[in-house]
Amino acid sequence: MSYLPYALAVWLLVVGLYGVVTSRHLVHLVVCLTVAQSSTYVLLLAVGYRKHATAPIFKGIPLGTKATDPVVQALTLTDVVVSVTVLALLLAVAVQVYVREGTLDPDEIPAVRG
Amino acid sequence: MDVLVPLPVALPLLAAAVLAAVGTFLPAWFGDLVAAVVSVAVTAIGVVLLTRTGRHDLVYWFGGWRPSHGVALGIAFDVDGAGAALGAVAGLLMAASVAFSWRYFDETGPLFHVLLLVFLGAVEGFALSGDLFNLFVFLELMTVAAIALTGYGDEPAPLQGALNFGIVNGFGAFFLLFGIGLLYGRTGALNLAQIGRSLAGGRADGLVLVGFLLVTAGFLVKAGVVPFHFWLADAYAVAPAPVCVLYSGVMSDLGLNAVAKVYWPVFSGPLAAHATALRAILVTLGVVSALLGGAMAFLQRDLKRMLAFVTIGQIGIGLVGIGLLTARSLAGTTLYVVSDGLVRGSLLLVVGVLIRRIRSCDELNARGGGLPVSGVLFAVGGLAIAGLPPVGSFFGRALIEDGATGGYRWLPVVLTAASILSGGALLRAAGRIYLGWGADREPVLGEEQASPEQEEPAHPPRGSLVVMLASAAALLVVGVGVAAWPGLPGKAVAAAVRTTDRPAHAAEVLEGKPPPHERASAPAPSGTSIAAGLASAAGAAGLALLALFDGLGALARRPVLRLKALHSGIVTDYVTWLTAGIAALGAAFVLALR
Amino acid sequence: MSARTRVPLFLVSAAGLAALLGFGVAGLPAFGDYHGPYGLVLNHVVLAQRHTTNVVAAVVFDYRGFDTLGEELMLFAAVAATALILREAREEEARQVVDSVQSEPVRAVGLAAVPVVILLGLFVVAFGYLTPGGGFQGGTVVALGLLLVYLAAEHRAYRRLTPTHVVDVFEGGGAAAFVALALGALLGGLAFQQNFLPLGRIGALTSGGSIPLLNWATAIEVTAAFVLLFGEFLEEVMVERRPG
Repeated sequence: MSYLPYALAVWLLVVGLYGVVTSRHLVHLVVCLTVAQSSTYVLLLAVGYRKHATAPIFKGIPLGTKATDPVVQALTLTDVVVSVTVLALLLAVAVQVYVREGTLDPDEIPAVRG
Repeated sequence: MDVLVPLPVALPLLAAAVLAAVGTFLPAWFGDLVAAVVSVAVTAIGVVLLTRTGRHDLVYWFGGWRPSHGVALGIAFDVDGAGAALGAVAGLLMAASVAFSWRYFDETGPLFHVLLLVFLGAVEGFALSGDLFNLFVFLELMTVAAIALTGYGDEPAPLQGALNFGIVNGFGAFFLLFGIGLLYGRTGALNLAQIGRSLAGGRADGLVLVGFLLVTAGFLVKAGVVPFHFWLADAYAVAPAPVCVLYSGVMSDLGLNAVAKVYWPVFSGPLAAHATALRAILVTLGVVSALLGGAMAFLQRDLKRMLAFVTIGQIGIGLVGIGLLTARSLAGTTLYVVSDGLVRGSLLLVVGVLIRRIRSCDELNARGGGLPVSGVLFAVGGLAIAGLPPVGSFFGRALIEDGATGGYRWLPVVLTAASILSGGALLRAAGRIYLGWGADREPVLGEEQASPEQEEPAHPPRGSLVVMLASAAALLVVGVGVAAWPGLPGKAVAAAVRTTDRPAHAAEVLEGKPPPHERASAPAPSGTSIAAGLASAAGAAGLALLALFDGLGALARRPVLRLKALHSGIVTDYVTWLTAGIAALGAAFVLALR
Repeated sequence: MSARTRVPLFLVSAAGLAALLGFGVAGLPAFGDYHGPYGLVLNHVVLAQRHTTNVVAAVVFDYRGFDTLGEELMLFAAVAATALILREAREEEARQVVDSVQSEPVRAVGLAAVPVVILLGLFVVAFGYLTPGGGFQGGTVVALGLLLVYLAAEHRAYRRLTPTHVVDVFEGGGAAAFVALALGALLGGLAFQQNFLPLGRIGALTSGGSIPLLNWATAIEVTAAFVLLFGEFLEEVMVERRPG
């Protein structure tokens, strides 16, 4: 039971990969990429969790109270911003691909091969 | 702490932000000017930093947060010789690209140069950082800037290249981050030296092995090692030449450098007992990449795509150097990638000149259409890629081969074969384009690619051919002549010895203890290496002539065509290969390294 | 590769990858049992060293502020990149789409909610280093408050509220301010990005030294970045495009 959050992270990464590989629509593909990225949020936050601990905010709480790890929360914050930026950019590319090619099916757009 | 260390990152990023804020109110050439000034400054700082890393690394703690009792509170930059050298190379490549493309990209306002500057800042950060999560941040920053720089333009091909780049590199970065999560869970640290110290006491159990797999795979995707290389050929083939110069010249090399940068401080402790098996795995990967890259380069007609595969081949050779796990071969890889990165950059600029003059970079279409001066540059570059002594990459390869003792005596032969393929492809192209030799139809090279003619701006290009050729020539001269820097191979070996000495390096980073003075020197290139170098150059020239005059009909076999077809351009295929590759590599690690 | 070979190859590889990852995470400490030194040390020293009650904000803007600098610039680069990809290919044949919301209650409630949401966002930013919140979180909320104008009214109202040239200045300015603050410390003889302002009383808005300034620079940049991103994509939807 105590390894279930980690197993969830593994599942998310693998299912995100599956989504990308079987995708027939670029927007769906890019969102699956985001799903795979969310596996890293789950992993990081699960790693830093401490049982019976409070959040690492010490307003009105005495110093020395057991608190969860603040570093992974900062890392996850950065990770979320990274995810948003990559998502926005790939969606913009997908929009342009639709305008130029008329299709969003990854199997039908290759112009560069060999 | 040396005040110059943060500047190669801060200056480009600040310039990008300011340019974005006020660029629309200023004349169009302002963007070019800012980019030029910043890249020259970054190059100069990089060279100064390089000279200062002779005896010890330059360790810089951001925010003034020095470690307390071995726990790093802040983020550190750990500038060693390799990092500083690659940082300087990046600045120089960017300066040459900006000069080359002066005012070409003006119609988009300052945006193109803003992104170029962000890319440069990210590259510098990735080269100099000593913190694992910081490496991830700069890796993603590079990817974000690169997606737009690659996909810019109205044609479908660049967009597809950008898409493949973003998606495959995105997954590479997730693997890296998953690995960081695992390592953080075990050691509670993000500083490379501190993680290493924490792991050194223990053995290589499942978490350490999988962490090593994920982190290394993330960097290998960026470097373009087989089978994570498919995106690279597509992206490098469609990016505008000035951008491609930065990709091929330094970005892939940095991915490779990161593998060593993380292996030695972090994993060399727990994996020391398994060095033999790890060596076998990494050298195999490197050899496969080198041969596949060379072979695919030979099967291309689009020059940029050919150079992309040449890059993959040379990264493979570099991986062999890292994989041999000795200080000398590591130094060899650094020398090799620095000098050949500059040469590849120069060749891309020459291709850019060709595009500007005859609107094509297709070898068969361009037959007989090149300038003699460009031809000379291209031929010299091709010979340098093949490893003709005494150019810079020859010394690098000699050092790599020096580490090929014991069961690896066959290595010089394989590296020669790979160099013959890459060099032969380039010399064949040079012969066809600049001398008009050979046929103008070669079915095995495939159909003409829908190559984007983005070098064609709406207004006539203002850049003069002289400036463009001068930039290409400058890069070539530095790349070929870098080995002439007095005692450079010896200095590279001394720096590599410090890198591979994990306890002393950790003490240097975390406690500030100066490392012991190493009296390391580079051995003179062995007779085998000289012979291998000459054989590579001669073989490349011979192969080129054979291809030109005998034609390539003999290659029209099913395996060859199947190999080409594998590089389908479809992103879902690439992600499948990525998954298969990482699963196979992981299986190899788990089976061989327990 | 056809789909017939691709999927089986993938499934086999994915099974192997899942097994490997499972093997890796099995080595982690059990969920809830984490004892890593980095977080433990920081939880103990931050209040004394930086007078900031929100340890995560101190980590984001001070201890690991260099990562945040990279992240800021990443958001900034994404906006520039999206603009580069989408803006320059837009032809003049834009069809003017009329998309104003017809339902009066939706308009009324939606527009009434806009100042509330923006105020909430500003609160989250302002107190972000004392209680949960921060520049990124609050900046996103403010940007969404502005997007609410499009949802409740029409996109032209949104565009008039957020003129590109002005927002560009804020976006670049926010990012530049962040880097400049970091460089400023360097010029003042301190380390890059070192906290150089007086630390103030714990729990007060003026605590944390330069953390509040970095917090606000981030908030401005994030708000402007999201406003620009939404604007770019809205323009795409509003423009009539024929594929090919």
